[in-house]
Amino acid sequence: MAAAASMMPNFGQQISSKNDLVPDWTRQEVSTGTTIMAVEYDGGVVIGADSRTTTGAYIANRVTDKLTPIHDRIFCCRSVHPTLTLWADPVCRGAWPHLLCGGFRSGSAADTQAIADVVAYQLGFHSIELDEPPLVETAANLFRASCYRYREELMAGILVAGWDRRKGGQVYCVPIGGMLVRQPVSVGGSGSTYIYGFMDSNYKPGLSKDQCLELTAAALSLAMERDGSSGGVVRLASISEEGVERRVILGNQLPKFSTH
Amino acid sequence: MATLTVSRPPFGGFSFENCRRNAVLEGEANKVGCSLPAARKTGTTICGVVFKDGVVLGADTRATEGMVVADKNCSKIHYISPNIYCCGAGTAADTEMTTQIISSNLELHSLSTGRLPRVATANRMLKQMLFRYQGYIGAALVLGGVDCNGPHLYSIYPHGSTDKLPYVTMGSGSLAAMAVFEDRYKPNMEEEEAKRLVRDAIAAGIFNDLGSGSNIDLCVITKGKVDYIRPHDEANKKGVRVNELEVAQLTGDYKYKRGTTGVLSKTVLDLEVVEETVQTMDTS
Repeated sequence: MAAAASMMPNFGQQISSKNDLVPDWTRQEVSTGTTIMAVEYDGGVVIGADSRTTTGAYIANRVTDKLTPIHDRIFCCRSVHPTLTLWADPVCRGAWPHLLCGGFRSGSAADTQAIADVVAYQLGFHSIELDEPPLVETAANLFRASCYRYREELMAGILVAGWDRRKGGQVYCVPIGGMLVRQPVSVGGSGSTYIYGFMDSNYKPGLSKDQCLELTAAALSLAMERDGSSGGVVRLASISEEGVERRVILGNQLPKFSTH
Repeated sequence: MATLTVSRPPFGGFSFENCRRNAVLEGEANKVGCSLPAARKTGTTICGVVFKDGVVLGADTRATEGMVVADKNCSKIHYISPNIYCCGAGTAADTEMTTQIISSNLELHSLSTGRLPRVATANRMLKQMLFRYQGYIGAALVLGGVDCNGPHLYSIYPHGSTDKLPYVTMGSGSLAAMAVFEDRYKPNMEEEEAKRLVRDAIAAGIFNDLGSGSNIDLCVITKGKVDYIRPHDEANKKGVRVNELEVAQLTGDYKYKRGTTGVLSKTVLDLEVVEETVQTMDTS
């Protein structure tokens, strides 16, 4: 894939731009603009995402499910351009990682779907070999391995969250470039920039599951209100020892705030 | 990633070694005044809808080469397996070859498992192949079919991402078709209602998008039966040119009556058989 990387983008443009009958956005890559979020609580994790996938200015899928199951108790939230997912880690917050690499491709739903498929396969295989449910940290490391190895070609930011017997509920963040860090709360995607302030002021350690669900729903609806690439419905899931509970909050049922 | 292929196992995508040379040649050709032929694209409106007993796939029938219509009645609904069909938008060659390759692999897979293939399998094969080529295969597909788990509909983008939805549209006319779907789609429709909805969606694409046109093809897939209706609706019938004075059809008749051309002279040469040999062939 990396063989003729420097040559690729120019010629792609030349060949396809001759035909004016076909509008521009049909040639654009499908990207998940996105806002995703994951919160740990005592006994499990709560994850949430918006549901919009865009090709340029057209919404290709307004009901996307970005919460992808990797294993029974492990999910991943897929996103692109996770600009500042190092929010909750106090050590890293000062460093502003420059995540605009290469720029040939605007990053895509295809990358995140492909990585998730590969990791689900690897994790399933590993779990059968072990004869026990896999650890969330293992899943996160598998994501990191793929994202780091193909960092020049891929542009995908992933939040891995789940429950296992060893450490309970965990959230791991794997941004573009292939770093791996565990955080109690993490937000990602293009819409995440709009809710750092909200998360800073409203998150406290020791929240219950319902408080986490409310916090996630509120944060996501705020981000969806301000970010053009995020929208649709809010998909939530809570993962614990008992299992996975999924719910959807439709557009008209989103929490309302004073300015909108 | 384990994949099943006919001959050799899949490996990395295209080789771009000759791109620079090709660009130079194209530049030189343009200097002289000629341009390279454009790839034939299916401008296209394709769509699909899940109804109570199955799926309905629809497509227009225009294929364009630049600004010229290359084929007025091309078939965009491709066969994948007896219970799965796929509409293709984008570069015509890419959609044709991709669907044929996956159809072939799926048939081998189905013989190996001994079962009717599932739509999810076809989806996996298509997305893994398109991802491997990183979007350089310009095939945007609407895949639909009915298997043991019911009716399924997927949209597959050239870069390899897929969406599983109850109604999808693709191609340059997809916005027009999606407008019709968003207005009139209901879950669990009857077959006639679904066919009318798809027909109207494709018609919206045909009449509002320059890249789509001609007729409307439909494919209705239900458990155990496939109705490939081509054409379902001739939305754009070619007019008949008539010579008003003689009230005779001018178009389409290229046969001349015997005696139209006058015969000046006639010479008959008898061919003499000089030698006759018979060579037997072993056809066993």
